Order: sequence, then structure tokens, then C-alpha cells
Amino acid sequence: MMTLKEKIKNGKFIVTAEIGPPKGIDVKSQMEEAELLKSRIDAINVTDSQSAVMRLGSLAVSCLLKEKGIEPVYQLTCRDRNRIALQSDALSAAVLGIENILVLTGDHPVRGDHPEAKPVFDLDSVQLIGALRILEAGRDLAGKELKGAPRFCIGAVVNPGADPVEPELIKFEKKINAGAEFFQTQGVYDVEAFAKFAEKVKHFNTCIIAGIILIKSPEMARFMNKNVAGIFVPDGLIEEIEGAADRQQKAAEIAARTIKELKGLVQGVHIMSLGWNKLVPQILDKAGL
Amino acid sequence: MIITKQKKAEDIMKCLEKVERVFIIGCTQCATVCKTGGEDEVRKMKDFLEANGKKVAAAEVWDTPCNLLEVRKRARDSKDELSGSQVLLLMSCGDGAHTVSLGTGMSVVPANDTLFLGQSERAGKFNEVCALCGDCTLFVTGGYCPNALCPKGLQNGPCGGVKDGKCEVSPEIDCGWLLIYNRLRDTGNLDKMKKVLPPKDHSKSVRPRKITVDAVRKRQ
Ligand code: SF4
Ligand code: SF4
Repeated sequence: MMTLKEKIKNGKFIVTAEIGPPKGIDVKSQMEEAELLKSRIDAINVTDSQSAVMRLGSLAVSCLLKEKGIEPVYQLTCRDRNRIALQSDALSAAVLGIENILVLTGDHPVRGDHPEAKPVFDLDSVQLIGALRILEAGRDLAGKELKGAPRFCIGAVVNPGADPVEPELIKFEKKINAGAEFFQTQGVYDVEAFAKFAEKVKHFNTCIIAGIILIKSPEMARFMNKNVAGIFVPDGLIEEIEGAADRQQKAAEIAARTIKELKGLVQGVHIMSLGWNKLVPQILDKAGL
Repeated sequence: MIITKQKKAEDIMKCLEKVERVFIIGCTQCATVCKTGGEDEVRKMKDFLEANGKKVAAAEVWDTPCNLLEVRKRARDSKDELSGSQVLLLMSCGDGAHTVSLGTGMSVVPANDTLFLGQSERAGKFNEVCALCGDCTLFVTGGYCPNALCPKGLQNGPCGGVKDGKCEVSPEIDCGWLLIYNRLRDTGNLDKMKKVLPPKDHSKSVRPRKITVDAVRKRQ
């Protein structure tokens, strides 16, 4: 079977999903979700104490997925670890057979559930991508030689809805130059607006995987519009979910439709179901994937 | 300038719980500007402490508590008042409190919290614009400092948290990276933002830092 890295290289259409580790060590529901997704997706992202809320580690859960024969995408943020810990964790991932690392800045701790925590951000996302490539070349950031070099498939994130978009594009290009092989995007709802972004970045020839976040309720959509940078859920979609008798069905339908419309513009989709992973198989059915 | 903020009266009183006789020391410089240790504030503190049953041996504004030689001189001049007090209440920054403690050998209680190195925008409004990183790169970032203005201290552009020009940390904070971007764009210097800045060298800011100006001269 091809790995995510090979699929990306061969231009295959990629489908990824996402699970969030629990607060605690009971991973039963996460493992059930993963089992459900297994035959339908190429890889599953494991979030790293998402939104700066302390949880079970993304490396441990990535490892559990790997044991189940599922390819994990280990999310690694710059929030909590300095360059020693980041490099060390990346090597740990490699030795456990985890190749895919998605590099993110991470939310500031004051936004999470331990606002008193010391923010680290010793490296930023561009520098961390660079550091991983240096490790691959058999050295560490201090220039010291490694005994056994790792190999990674490095992903990063981009926000097509960033306003203004130019600084985001400058950073995007820096990430590509630093060695990012694929990009997962912030949630996309307005395909027309996304198409303009896709056109702008076409010449970079990199693998863009569009983010799909299920709209669970009109309240959630309005909340995201108001509070989440770069997300814009058009009024039409909010009305659609508001008027639906069965919101889960509607959320799946909207996601499937968006994926269909995006297919020609991107090399894949990343479905963030926020706990509704059981809908993912039917979303993919409806989207013809 | 060093920006300070006076502690709550009850917190100051807690530190002075078992103390009868206090020597209050303000500062003619930063703390005067911050209104945390000028003539007025020192006088008010004296009235407040006396109203709360403390004896105030002296209440002075020193020029300046952060200067060890000055402190030693003042300590000699005020020998009697000092020996008549149990603690010194410092209405200065932490540097002043530390230096006075060193120069007098007495216990100090800080009346202020020391916050940051600040730019004075106008009377009473101060902004943190430099984080004292020891490795200034302002020339690459258009005169705006990412270490001070971006709560994450990012070196290579904004994170995904910018919303309507504001930082994800608070709607009160302008995104430092948008300030940098706008300035670089307006001055035709965007190519500077396109270069990758390497990880910061934190060995340049290992605490406590010391410097002897003579040594600097010799090096140059
Ligand atoms: S880069 Fe920023 S924190 Fe460092 S010295 Fe310059 S202004 Fe201060
Ligand atoms: S929003 Fe801007 S200022 Fe705030 S952490 Fe992100 S880049 Fe830094």
C-alpha cells in the first residue's frame, strides 16, 4: 500500500479526517471512530492539545492509530515545547514509524484551559519545518550529527480566508521553501472565494488539501463567523442548516456538496467533523469518493 | 522607561502586617512618571499608613533608587531614620527595591509591581514595544518588534489567529505581524518579510545579564 507521502507525490486525491485525543486516557470512542474511518480515508490527523486545552498527547494517540494499521498525521505545535523537545519528539515519532507530521504554530495558552501556562514558541512553524528537514539530513539544529536520520512527510496549514491574504501568502511560500510537502487549509465554505485563492497559489504546485468543517448548528456557524479567523459561512448555508429537520443529515449533505465543488480545485480534503466522525463515510459516498 | 503599577493597598498592608515603623522611598524618574512613586504618591502613602496605625520614620523621593552609589550616599544621610525603621517600602521599580535592599542591608517591601520596558505614548499611557531580547532585528521588521508586539514572538509572519487586524489573544491587541507587514509594504520592503528569520538565539538573554561598559569599549 502507498503511504500518504507517495500518494501526495503521485497526485492521488487525498482524504484525511481528524480525531482529538481525550482529556484523560480513555481512548475508546476515539478508537471506535478511527475504526469506522479506516477503510475510507488515507490518514487521520491527531490534534495536539487543540485550542490549548490540555489532553492526552498526539504522539501517543498517533501511535495507537498506527498499531491499528491506520496512517496518522501527527500534529505538532510550537506552543509547548522548545527546540530541544520539538526535535526530540520528532525523532520519537520517526522511531515509532510515524512519518507524517503536521506543523502548526498552536494557539496561545491564554485561550485555553491553562491560561497561567508559560507560552513557549521557541521556534515558529517555518523554523520547525526547517528543523525537521535538517534532522532528515542527519543533523540537528545545533549542527550535531545524528545516529540514524529520520524521514518525514511534512505538512503545514494555510488560511485561504486570511484578511489581508498577502502576509499569509508570504508565510505560505516560506513554509514551502522550508520543506512543507502538503497543506491543510482552514475550513472552506465559500467555494467561489476559495477558487480565487487556489488560482493565486497554483504556480507553487504544492499539494493543497481543503479543510471541511461540519456545520452542526446555525449557532456554531455564526460563532465561527464572528470568532474564527478566516472562516466565512455564507448566510445561505446557515439558513439551510437552520431549516433542516435532521441537522446531521444536512451537515453531511452540505459537506458532500462542498467537497464535490472543490474536487477540481484541490488535491484532497480534510474533514474535521468535531465529534461527528460517524457521518464521514456517508459524506464520502455522497461526494462520490 | 520602566513601567510600574501600584499594588493593591490590602496587599501592601499584608506585607507590613507585623511591622510598626516604615521608611517610604519613592523615585524621581520612572516611578514619578508612572505616578507610582513621585512626591504626591509618597505623601499619600504616608497618610494612608499613618491612618492604618503605622509609624512613618521618613517619606522621601530618591534620585534614584536604582543607582547603588546614590543609594549608599542617601543611606549615610538618612542613617538615623533608617535605623529607626523596620522595613523600607519601595515605591519604585523592582530594580530600585533590589538596589536599595543591597545598599542599605535592610528588608524592603515593594509597593509596586514592575511590568515592562515601556514607550510613553502620552501622559499616563505606556506601551510595551521592546522585549529586551538582546539581539535586535528591528531593521528587518520595519521598526515594529515581533518579540514584544506578537504574544507568541513569531519571527516569520502572522499566525492563523489574526482577525480584523487584531490578535487572537485579545481584541485589544493589534496583530504585531500586521503592523510589520503594513509598514514593510508601505515602505517597499516586503522582500524583508520573505526572508526566513532563523530561530532566535536565546543564549543572548540568559539571566541575570551583566555588562561593564568599559569592556564593551575595549571590544570595539
Ligand atoms: S528585537 Fe525587539 S525585543 Fe529585541 S531588542 Fe529589538 S525591539 Fe527589543
Ligand atoms: S494574531 Fe498576530 S500578534 Fe497575535 S499571536 Fe498571531 S501573529 Fe502574533
